[in-house]
Amino acid sequence: MSKQAETSNRNTAIHQGRLPPNTRARMTRHHMVIFALIGLFVVIAPQFLYPVFVMKLLCFALFAMAFNLMLGFGGLLSFGHAAFFGSAAYAAGHAAKVWGWPPELAIAFAVLVAALMGAAFGFLAIKSRGIYFAMITLAFAQMVYFYALQAPITGGEDGMQSIPRNALFGLADMSEDGSFYWMVVAVFFIGILFMYRVIHSPFGEVLKGIRENEPRMISLGYQVQRYKLMTFVISAGLSGLAGGTKALVFHLASLVDVHWTMSGEVVLMTLIGGMGTIFGPIVGAAVIVAMQNYLANLGSLVLIIQGAVFIVCVLTFREGIVGVIAKWLKTRL
Amino acid sequence: MFELLGIPPQALFGQVLLGLINGSFYAVLSLGLAVIFGLLNIINFAHGALYMMGAFVSWMLLTYLGIPFWFALVISPIIVGALGMVIERTMLRPLHELDHLYSLLLTFGLTLVITGVFQNFYGVSGKPYPIPAALSGVMNLGFMFLPIYRGFIIVMAVIVCFATWFLIEKTRLGSYLRAATENPEMVSAFGINVPLLVTLTYGFGVALSAFAGVLAAPVYSVNPVMGNDLIIVVFAVIVIGGMGSIMGAIIGGFSLGLVEGLTKVFYPEASTTIIFIIMALVLLFKPSGIFGREV
Repeated sequence: MSKQAETSNRNTAIHQGRLPPNTRARMTRHHMVIFALIGLFVVIAPQFLYPVFVMKLLCFALFAMAFNLMLGFGGLLSFGHAAFFGSAAYAAGHAAKVWGWPPELAIAFAVLVAALMGAAFGFLAIKSRGIYFAMITLAFAQMVYFYALQAPITGGEDGMQSIPRNALFGLADMSEDGSFYWMVVAVFFIGILFMYRVIHSPFGEVLKGIRENEPRMISLGYQVQRYKLMTFVISAGLSGLAGGTKALVFHLASLVDVHWTMSGEVVLMTLIGGMGTIFGPIVGAAVIVAMQNYLANLGSLVLIIQGAVFIVCVLTFREGIVGVIAKWLKTRL
Repeated sequence: MFELLGIPPQALFGQVLLGLINGSFYAVLSLGLAVIFGLLNIINFAHGALYMMGAFVSWMLLTYLGIPFWFALVISPIIVGALGMVIERTMLRPLHELDHLYSLLLTFGLTLVITGVFQNFYGVSGKPYPIPAALSGVMNLGFMFLPIYRGFIIVMAVIVCFATWFLIEKTRLGSYLRAATENPEMVSAFGINVPLLVTLTYGFGVALSAFAGVLAAPVYSVNPVMGNDLIIVVFAVIVIGGMGSIMGAIIGGFSLGLVEGLTKVFYPEASTTIIFIIMALVLLFKPSGIFGREV
């Protein structure tokens, strides 16, 4: 079927209130295989990779997927996602360190903080589109950065250090990386399965409709602004899930997490992996985290390489790794 | 002399002056962004990095070739502007037909590369740039002492802003430019080389940022990250002033610099965030910006 015919069929389907074929609640078989492969990877990864490295990877994969929910499926380029990631890291750190909360509550608190911030910033930012939207989110994130730089609660330049991992549910000891690893894995799977569900829900379909043709969705009677705001809140909340977990992994929440370079990094991860694909951001996050890890001793060369990769991707490789593979396999990944 | 709310007038005037200087940079930088945005419809994220480059080029001209400030004020913008034209021709041109977000991402990548290159060669610590002899010293204004160079920055910024406004609003070239902003196909049908106009415009916008960089070199230390945080404040200034509005960029730049300076006097804690708070308020009540048309 030609692409146009497919689109128009789907539009008709949405119009008539029926759900398009890929909106089934059940997962397609090859997606199930991919989830199983990811599961297999996280089980055997600690055998040959440093657990903290894998945990970092999982956090950033989650972050990139949350970001992609907005860019890839909602068509909204936020250049300020570091604000949610970083604030959540501070929130989780504060809850664990000052209030002595167990990790699950600290992370839940981080998600709440990020989602509330998402609601506030989103409310103002969704009034605009495209480049304006990107600039406005960037500016709000910078405001958060300046706040974090000055406020006594964040520790300023030093960051919030030695954040403890208290016992899970007050019972299970989490201070060892080996045991906390499984909690991170659990958080990661909850996050990505939730996002998979959102993308394949009627809500997700409407979102894709807005991305493709916003005036049409408005004329069909959808409250486009509400959908965008909801997406913003979900994406911010899940970025918070990633940020809060990351703070506990490294025992640290710092200015790096809220700076705009972090927002840029998550854009890059999504771009390399393939925006608008389901699994692309995971691959992109793996590429960037691995690159930073193995090239760390090159200093400022990392910045140049990262920038060059960015430029090359934008100029010649806009579909991203998973986007290209999906095209080969003629399927949606 | 009088005191205002318990704040000594010296401190007040000092901050007002600092605010006006920051405002000068905001105005010149956002003007360049507005010019580029008007014709190319892209946000040049690399503006901050190119501003830094303008400062660095003038430092290099002085250090390696002994070329003084006055010549650098012209040469550095030309060099950086030429680089901008190369960037436009080789990288931005192919993206013109695509979603403008790709151009934003490209210029973001350029920012990382340019910053990284200068960091690699010169480290993160600043390089000092001496104030030119003719402009050193202070002037007694009666109510305060004005360092001459700082006054010079404000005067130069006002001149450049006025000249750019004049060029765009009152000359034939400017009328081509405004026409091409409205309808590029129509303008090229009249035999005007629009792609060339686009390249020159980008080069000009970039040259403005480099000019700001040269002006900044003697007051701020010249370092690879000097433009990075500045540019985001400038983005906020543009949102407040109204996207692509020349007047909005100029007036917005100066007045927000002033507001920032005054905030430093009366409530220093908010001085770095005040512009973003104003941006939020503007978005709430007039999303297209104070001088902007409906988007």
